[in-house]
Amino acid sequence: DDSEGLLLIYVFFFLSPGSKKDLETRLLAIDDNLRTTTMAPILRSTPLVALLVLQISLLFFASTLPISSGSEDSNTITGRVRIPASTAIGHAAKFSNIKVVLNGGQNISFLRPDGYFTFHKVPAGTHLIEVYALGFFFSPVRVDVSARHHGKVQATLTETRRSLTELVLEPLRADQYYELREPFNVMAILKSPMGLMVGFMVVVVFLMPKLMENIDPEEMKRTQEELRNQGVPSLSSLLPASP
Amino acid sequence: MAIRVSLLLLVFLSSAVVSFSLYEDQVGLMDWHQRYIGKVKHAVFHTQKAGRKRVIVSTEENVVASLDLRHGEIFWRHVLGTNDAIDGVDIALGKYVITLSSQGSTLRAWNLPDGQMVWETSLHSAQSSKSLLSVPINLKVDKDYPILVFGGGYLHAVSAIDGEVLWKKDFTAEGFEVQRVLQPPESSIIYVLGFLHSSEAVVYQIDSKTGEVVAQKSMVFPGGFSGAISSVSSDKVVVLDSTRSILVTIGFLDGDINFQKTPISDLVENSGNAEILSPLLSNMLAVKVNKRTIFVRVGGEGKLEVVDSLSDETAMSDSLPVADDQVAFASAHHEGSKIQLMVKLVDDLDTVLLRESIEMDQHRGHVDKVFINNYIKTDRSNGFRALIVMEDHSLLLLQQGAIVWSREEGLASVTDVTTAELPVEKDGVSVAKVEHTLVDWLKGHMLKLKGSLLLASPEDVAAIQEMRMKSSGRSKLTRDHNGFRKLFIALTRAGKLFALHTGDGRIVWSMLLNSPTKSEACERPSGINLYQWQVPHHHAMDENPSVLVVGRCGSDSSAPGVLSFVDVYTGKEISSSDIGHSVVRVMPLPFTDSTEQRLHLIADTEGHIHLYPKTSEALSIFQREFQNVYWYTVEGDDGIIRGQGMKSSCAGETADEYCFTTKELWTVVFPSESEKIISTLTRKPNEVVHTQAKVSTDQDLLYKYVSRNLLFVATVSPKGAGEIGSVTPEESALVVYLIDTITGRILHRLSHQGCQGPVHAVFSENWVVYHYFNLRAHKHEVTVVEIYDQSRAENKNVWKLVLGKHNLTAPISSYSRPEMFTKSQSYFFAQSVKTIAVTSTAKGITSKQLLIGTIGDQILALDKRFVDPRRTLNPSQAEKEEGIIPLTDSLPIIPQSYITHSLKVEGLRGIVTAPAKLESTTHVFAYGVDLFYTRLAPSKTYDSLTDDFSYALLLITIVALVAAIYITWVVSEKKELSEKWR
Repeated sequence: DDSEGLLLIYVFFFLSPGSKKDLETRLLAIDDNLRTTTMAPILRSTPLVALLVLQISLLFFASTLPISSGSEDSNTITGRVRIPASTAIGHAAKFSNIKVVLNGGQNISFLRPDGYFTFHKVPAGTHLIEVYALGFFFSPVRVDVSARHHGKVQATLTETRRSLTELVLEPLRADQYYELREPFNVMAILKSPMGLMVGFMVVVVFLMPKLMENIDPEEMKRTQEELRNQGVPSLSSLLPASP
Repeated sequence: MAIRVSLLLLVFLSSAVVSFSLYEDQVGLMDWHQRYIGKVKHAVFHTQKAGRKRVIVSTEENVVASLDLRHGEIFWRHVLGTNDAIDGVDIALGKYVITLSSQGSTLRAWNLPDGQMVWETSLHSAQSSKSLLSVPINLKVDKDYPILVFGGGYLHAVSAIDGEVLWKKDFTAEGFEVQRVLQPPESSIIYVLGFLHSSEAVVYQIDSKTGEVVAQKSMVFPGGFSGAISSVSSDKVVVLDSTRSILVTIGFLDGDINFQKTPISDLVENSGNAEILSPLLSNMLAVKVNKRTIFVRVGGEGKLEVVDSLSDETAMSDSLPVADDQVAFASAHHEGSKIQLMVKLVDDLDTVLLRESIEMDQHRGHVDKVFINNYIKTDRSNGFRALIVMEDHSLLLLQQGAIVWSREEGLASVTDVTTAELPVEKDGVSVAKVEHTLVDWLKGHMLKLKGSLLLASPEDVAAIQEMRMKSSGRSKLTRDHNGFRKLFIALTRAGKLFALHTGDGRIVWSMLLNSPTKSEACERPSGINLYQWQVPHHHAMDENPSVLVVGRCGSDSSAPGVLSFVDVYTGKEISSSDIGHSVVRVMPLPFTDSTEQRLHLIADTEGHIHLYPKTSEALSIFQREFQNVYWYTVEGDDGIIRGQGMKSSCAGETADEYCFTTKELWTVVFPSESEKIISTLTRKPNEVVHTQAKVSTDQDLLYKYVSRNLLFVATVSPKGAGEIGSVTPEESALVVYLIDTITGRILHRLSHQGCQGPVHAVFSENWVVYHYFNLRAHKHEVTVVEIYDQSRAENKNVWKLVLGKHNLTAPISSYSRPEMFTKSQSYFFAQSVKTIAVTSTAKGITSKQLLIGTIGDQILALDKRFVDPRRTLNPSQAEKEEGIIPLTDSLPIIPQSYITHSLKVEGLRGIVTAPAKLESTTHVFAYGVDLFYTRLAPSKTYDSLTDDFSYALLLITIVALVAAIYITWVVSEKKELSEKWR
């Protein structure tokens, strides 16, 4: 799946406007960023791959949706936040408390009842969109507004490096802010250090005398003698004195 | 793959690492949260319909909110972006709240009951201009009555139903400024009056359906207009001419324009410059002249006559239609300690509908704004309620001669915070009845035990919760053994000091700053900063601690400063003084005099330094340390950092012996074409470092380079100084420096290519952590830099230590050549950040946590171990045992470690930490539009029992053990006896 994600990133870079040199430096830049992934060196090398990528890119090009409209310097980014109903347990997933933030606070937008949001007057370039909703974690989204293609928008989730065909943002996970109290469990108590100690004590108190009883008193005496001779601190003093 | 691995690791780590976490039933035990909205700018009442009565307000903190008119609680609120200031607010169609913001370019409609945004429209704007919102009054859902918005040179007609722009008219070419829009009912013609180049009045008649100009008339006024405009009736406005001495009445009935000039000197004798006040009164206007507010009635033919005059401290409301075509307005002013609220009819000022005098706290200042609303009483007469905004930004609702509710909205604009101790408990004062009787105490603990074993019924749980909330006198006004009870002293933008109790967040005292001279130029100084002036703990124990408030008369940095000393226990001002020079910088020195008053230096704009307190003792202490006082100045615009030292007393220029001159020691100049300073930071001066040495895994010693004189500077390419989307990776680079502020030596330089600000940093002990944006990866990044001292690295040899041949006791001097090395590491971070702070404890032993205020207004506690440059991909067994976490490419965001749990500190601006007496614990106070406080234990409370500790369980165990011992003893006795009988 990772390679696919990478391909998509490459696709985007082929589409983005700019000179060829610019493109190369960007490619290098992305390689730099992906230094942690093992796939990068494989893809970096041959022109054949580049050609392949180009072809795929054309395929994808047809399928990308124009999510923006507008003239020169004032494009509009429209997207949608969707919260799956099933994950919204415990948190009232109210749209009225969700904020969408462009470029780290440059603009803040709110959601309409249907989940749509809009940023107006966005210049062409690469932007960052973040969604803040209590109870959910959203990946930030890299949004590229193309200057050439009338504000065509390309979106990529920066956390998973997954590119989006539509700007529909879904939470990566639901956040649980509180620890859950473990229900009362006998086994948990027994397994805890205190429980183990108590268990050991019980064994010593109740089982050891029984064991002692089984041992022949003569033999017992003899071992005690032996121990005394060896000068080892005797265990017998700790045990209840046998009659 | 890597991602998956890192995710796996993350899951693994999140279970392994001790993080701040809270059970849901512990909410409110240690933390409190207060919600505010800020100083109210506009208020619109919504009381017509049966049901919940509310008032819609917009504030200077860019908040639009709906408040409960009965109790003052917030139904809903929205905090808009920082550059999205609200220009106007109104209610349309009886169900939508309409806000106009961003200089008239964004129009939003919010659902009145629940605050859900219904629609949003971006309006064209070409230039900055004043903005105007006109919402039709009638409730008919009709496209013939659109919302009219003027802003940025365009007039827009917007449908109230869906926000669709029906038409727009471009006025940019002509430079036309719309002043008044008139929509006569039952007419499809809109009259738009405006000024062209402030000298020509133009009236457009526009078809409200199509936006076409039907007719246009203009007339040149040779004198030119200036200042505010007051519309006195539907077809008349009054404006001042450019000399501010003539009132011009402009009538534009049916599209005809006529001027009528009335010199103010005809109305008032010896008039100076006049100013038209904003309230909208019908057929009347309020003019401020000669420090009086005069009411001028506008007659039918534009004739003006003065009908009343009041003192200029009177606040007035807009006029409000009451029954029988009458129009009333409210005025409020101070009389001694009371507020006089009057509601009068506009047509007949002698008819006073309401006269109330209400006792008011002096520390609220005078009345700033009044909004009135009427209601029909049971005897069919008119009743009035008035919403008033005071000088300290507080919001009060007055009704029937009493304050129904009040909100301390000043706390929404906290500018500086410091902490203070509470008084020590006196012997005579009995300890409040905290623990009642032993039986109650045991009962309580039995309940707790039940709760912890999850055997409690819901009623029990409620009882436990209530017990915890009230328990252990956490809101007592005395010092406690653990230092959990403290005061946070907050200075607000309005110049008011608040003392907040850490236990429950209540206001212990509040005080509005006063000008010492009560001079005209400085009626109310604005507070700048807050310092701990006197903290008695060894000597002078009978003195109360006090704080120093540094204020300024006016907004200009060269305005004269004001010092105010406030007693922390009582909240009374001990003294205040006009210091007669400006305040650029205040430097607390690490010296105190015999009464434990801290010495402070204040730098003024002329390059002089002034010593406070002005006593001979302070002077002698200072002169002893004269050569060792250094400081630096940062000139952000020029990219210069200057180091300064003390030179001599400025005796040659003034006779003031507490004044000193300075000399420049060094300068660091950043090339302005490639670097621009965006952030500077030093360590907190009062931070405690427990140990200088750090033992690494291979039994090696590392010595932290701990210096108070380190300055962290971040610069960015001038192109990259803007917002994120404005620059490409190639054009921007971020460079950070560590500079010694005594010598100006650059100790470390680190450059991040393809990165840009904003930089949020935190500096503690020997490390800096900073957050910035990586343009290449298009992610936020966090970098840690740790500084270690190389010169002490040779002290590992035991023999050297034994023979005393070590340099551990040698003083660190900034002038010696620093031998230091740094370690750094970078990680991705998945959120934008507003501010970063670090926990601080009494002795500095407890490990530290970073407190990251995210742009979602939550605060995340991140263990310092996650930002440790010694992290590697595969830590060895020894490293793991030491607590080194395997390296991941991004920092984990564990939901349980949000210290704000399911709350938000809306509009978060700063986080302040302060140590408690108990080493494990630290106070955290976050401020923004909201306030939030909690107590943190970064390594858990290792030095005290938690609140959860069950004494009952301990007791029961002991009793059970004693019983068991006794029983077994009896049993063994019996057995022995029977053995002997055998």
